[in-house]
Amino acid sequence: MGVDNPLGDNVITTSLDLLVNWSRKSSIWPMTFGLACCAIEMMATGASHNDLDRFGIIFRASPRQSDCIIIAGTVTKKMLPVIKTVYEQMPEPKWVIAMGACACSGGIFDTYSVVQGIDEALPVDVYIPGCPPRPEALLFGLMKLQDKIMSERNSFGSAIGLGERYIPEAA
Amino acid sequence: MATTETMTLNMGPQHPSTHGVLRLVLELDGEVVVKVTPHIGFLHRGVEKLSEHRTYHQILPLTDRLDYLAPMSNNLGYILAVEKLMAVEVPERAETIRIIMAELTRLESHLVWIACHALDIGAMTVFIYAFRERETVMELYELVSGARMTSNFFRVGGLSQDVPDEFVKKAGDFIDSMPGYLDQYEGLLTTNPIWLKRTVGNGVISAEDAIDIGLTGPALRGSGVDWDLRRDNPYSGYEKYEFKVPTGENCDTYDRYKVRLIEMREACKIVRQGLDRLKPGPVLADCPQVCYPPKENVYNSIEGLIHHFKIASEGFAAPEGEVYHGVEAPKGELGFYIVSDGGNMPERLRIRPPSFVNLQAIEQMSVGSMIADLVAVIGTLDIVLGEIDR
Repeated sequence: MGVDNPLGDNVITTSLDLLVNWSRKSSIWPMTFGLACCAIEMMATGASHNDLDRFGIIFRASPRQSDCIIIAGTVTKKMLPVIKTVYEQMPEPKWVIAMGACACSGGIFDTYSVVQGIDEALPVDVYIPGCPPRPEALLFGLMKLQDKIMSERNSFGSAIGLGERYIPEAA
Repeated sequence: MATTETMTLNMGPQHPSTHGVLRLVLELDGEVVVKVTPHIGFLHRGVEKLSEHRTYHQILPLTDRLDYLAPMSNNLGYILAVEKLMAVEVPERAETIRIIMAELTRLESHLVWIACHALDIGAMTVFIYAFRERETVMELYELVSGARMTSNFFRVGGLSQDVPDEFVKKAGDFIDSMPGYLDQYEGLLTTNPIWLKRTVGNGVISAEDAIDIGLTGPALRGSGVDWDLRRDNPYSGYEKYEFKVPTGENCDTYDRYKVRLIEMREACKIVRQGLDRLKPGPVLADCPQVCYPPKENVYNSIEGLIHHFKIASEGFAAPEGEVYHGVEAPKGELGFYIVSDGGNMPERLRIRPPSFVNLQAIEQMSVGSMIADLVAVIGTLDIVLGEIDR
């Protein structure tokens, strides 16, 4: 296996994992971190029409209080160190969403100043294509992230310092 | 003996009220701002350089992403510059639709401005209200162009396609209900004691200073300078429309707030006039060397397909020369300066973004005030980093 999971898989640990995962997916707190155009659609998703609050998703202004960072917009080489610093300030567990073509791959800006995809620096969990993606697309991406969180194993054990979180390989 | 020294504080680029990725290095005496130094370039995407390797039609999508709160105004500014270079006459229906869309864009941009500005100062409700109305503008955008934000709707010589039939009714309904919504915002803010305390007397800049710095748009008119390109240097047929140009008196954040609100009401009136004047007709100029052929020809005839292929792949060669065209974008004068060497791509494209110039006023507006008032100043300048850094 190669996965550090000293508690093992039994009915108690998996039930506890489920509880931990459920509470994590029900209160994803993303960073308020708009970079470019996509940030406006991110705001629109959080505003009245689409209303992220119903998913328990509340934007936090401090990385210390957040567990998800939505890279919403073009990442430039000048901005990349800042994003890395912000990401490192976030406590574990943390997830990354690459929102929009620029964050996924650099988009139409294949230039000297633009990082060709945030996955060059951060471990991306969900990619959302679009330029910019519609609010519905961001919602779908966030629900995909919720599915991913729910599929994690040993989230209870890792929370008390035993082993690490992992996602079992699809059979 | 007590000595005092100033403190240097870094604000941004990750800060909820810097509207993107603006970084300010502040020098503070206690809580009072002594010096503000903006550091820009965190969103520099090289748009001007990219434009040198794109045909004139291919540059259009890049302009959407400059001021992403007002994509159609950017499109309009660029398209008008190219049309000036190519000397293309635009059909009347296309011009009218352009003005309708440009004014809807002004509404959208100001809606996001009032949402963010009020949110920064602490009025959360306005944000929720304004984004509700913005959603309607986005639906209208989607109706005509297929995209919510990056519309890419105008073409050299006209529009990419005619607007659908239901557009006139939907836009009309929205415009008729908008004054009521504006009354709601005013009810929340205009006489709100907290709003007054935060904005009256904040960010004062005299008319002379505003002109010296080169401020344009509501930031200039808030200081009492009566200057609006739509009226003073009309383009795209604005001279045929009736609208007022509001100006402020006290040169402060509150006056700029009132100017923008009146501008939104005037924008509604312009859209209404445009919708009433909309007559059937072509939306693309009859100018085969520059314009795309109608879609029926492309799908049904080999000549049409070849014509489309030629325009799409090779573009058109512009005559040698230089043009500048400025439009009154929601944030101020947005100008495009094109240098052509006779090829199918510009030799140089220079963009004069209103936010970049307006940002220069931040020092004069905020020195001597409290650090909390700086947030109000950033909001009232209504900057967008996409066009500052380009």
